Amino acid sequence: MSIPILQAKEISVVFGGLRAVSDFNLTLMEGELVGLIGPNGAGKTTVFNLLTGVTPLSSGEIAIRSSKDGKAHSTKGMKAHQIARLGLGRTFQNIRLFKSLTVLDNLRISMDHLRRTTIADAILRTRRFSAEEEAFTARSVELLKIFELDDKKDLLARNLPYGEQRKLEIARALATDPKLLLLDEPAAGMNPQETKDLMRLIAFVRERFQLTILLIEHDMSLVMNLCERIAVLDYGQEIAMGTPAEISRNPAVIKAYLGEEEI
Amino acid sequence: MKKKGVDFLLLLGSGLLVYCLIASLAWVGVIDEYYMQLLSVAGVYIIVALSLNLITGFTGQLALGHAGFMSIGAYTAAIFVMRASLPLLPSVLLGGLVSAVFGFAIGFPTLRLRGDYLAITTLGFGEIIRVVLNNLEGLTGGSAGLQGIPSFSDTGNYTLDAIIKFSWIFAFFVATVATISNLIRSSPGRVIVSVREDEIASTSMGNDVTRYKMIAFTVSAFFAGIGGGLFSALIGYLNPSDFNFLYSVNFVVIAVLGGLGSLTGTVLGGLVFTFAQEWLRVLGDFRLVVFGLLLILLMIFWQSGIMGNKELSITGLVRRIFRKGGRAQ
Repeated sequence: MSIPILQAKEISVVFGGLRAVSDFNLTLMEGELVGLIGPNGAGKTTVFNLLTGVTPLSSGEIAIRSSKDGKAHSTKGMKAHQIARLGLGRTFQNIRLFKSLTVLDNLRISMDHLRRTTIADAILRTRRFSAEEEAFTARSVELLKIFELDDKKDLLARNLPYGEQRKLEIARALATDPKLLLLDEPAAGMNPQETKDLMRLIAFVRERFQLTILLIEHDMSLVMNLCERIAVLDYGQEIAMGTPAEISRNPAVIKAYLGEEEI
Repeated sequence: MKKKGVDFLLLLGSGLLVYCLIASLAWVGVIDEYYMQLLSVAGVYIIVALSLNLITGFTGQLALGHAGFMSIGAYTAAIFVMRASLPLLPSVLLGGLVSAVFGFAIGFPTLRLRGDYLAITTLGFGEIIRVVLNNLEGLTGGSAGLQGIPSFSDTGNYTLDAIIKFSWIFAFFVATVATISNLIRSSPGRVIVSVREDEIASTSMGNDVTRYKMIAFTVSAFFAGIGGGLFSALIGYLNPSDFNFLYSVNFVVIAVLGGLGSLTGTVLGGLVFTFAQEWLRVLGDFRLVVFGLLLILLMIFWQSGIMGNKELSITGLVRRIFRKGGRAQ
């Protein structure tokens, strides 16, 4: 339990003259569920983009323990898809599904990196190809069952209701077979009942797939109830880190969220 | 497994049926040589437009230089047939391969970039190829063109010749549709389509997006080259100035007309495009004006083309009929 799965050391990124994230440190231990909170524009999503390699680092270093060989790999020089293959799955704040593809295909696309057949197999429709297709489909349906989306597998993603699109994003991330999952505002736009269901679902998949989870969330009840540790970001800098109880009493956090008392 | 076998037989059967129908109608004279030639030309256009649809409709990368790839295939095939006396079939395949090599070389630096860089690069590429072909006089005949390219068949019987030409084109057409459709409906094919849908999401799911764009673009260039090789033997004459920018745009028009992301749409689009241009000849000088007007109207009232991104499926149709019969009991 005490092995770090992700270590970010003093990571920074500069856009133009703006230091969007400045010397941010984060260590995630295996099996942890950590929240990343902060006011709007604090740089939370930017941290996600840095960790996943979508945005290149200006400075600092990130090491991720690969789910394949169990060794820590520096992500320096790696492309986003290579980082993802270390066992890092993610969702997006503004849902980024493959909208005009079916629910099933959204999941199967996440499995292509596990493909063992070649393109020639696909064109010639060999037996190997059919067997692999069936295996991918079976695994996708199994995942969709967890999210109660299996009876909608042939619908286009864009035709799903909003809450189910959010769930499909998590299912798609899980289809990559990650050990580390980054959730960017999974409960955004959900009503309290949906949020409650989602919390239960996150707890369930965490247990089932033995995941380490880092999540960005604005819904404080979700963060306080679910997370074991919370990192607070403001203006690109980490202003606090600790248990939910510590964070809710931290004066710097209160100041960032509510502003300073004027006398 | 059983269902797959039935699907395959159904497709093979319907393909054979269409072919036999056209060939026998041509044999008894219902379809004359002129229309057979027109069908063959439409077939070549469809092959090139299908290849364009793979990169533009399915991968979402606009390419504006497919006349360039087509001309590479056309000249390669013609030169191998004429100068090296190679049989037609390997020459056409070589045309496709050489075109694919060019596709790879162009795609390599441009496809790693996001956005519309490919459109500009391919546009420039098409023009460069045209100028190069114009100036390689020893090999290509330059601006005077390359004449006397051997045809698919020269029996002296015009009807038979027309049928044999059509058979060649039809066989390649079927092979092209089968290859591209099998590629699209597979795991790598789904990743190719996911690039069109959302490149960042696809990368974040562990997919090497650049690699898949390269695959799609190289396959696309290959089939455009095949189309070119067939074209050279069908027409018997090549001139670099025919493969200009407007010629590339024709294939974009066919793909958009039929529906980007629909293979059956491209087939319909190619037929409509070729035949409309011929039938509008009665209008004389106004032909292109009316044709352009028709395209504008179509794009206003039928934005996603004839088929949108849906497919017309024979097997689906048959299955639906059977299911209805099954429910009735």
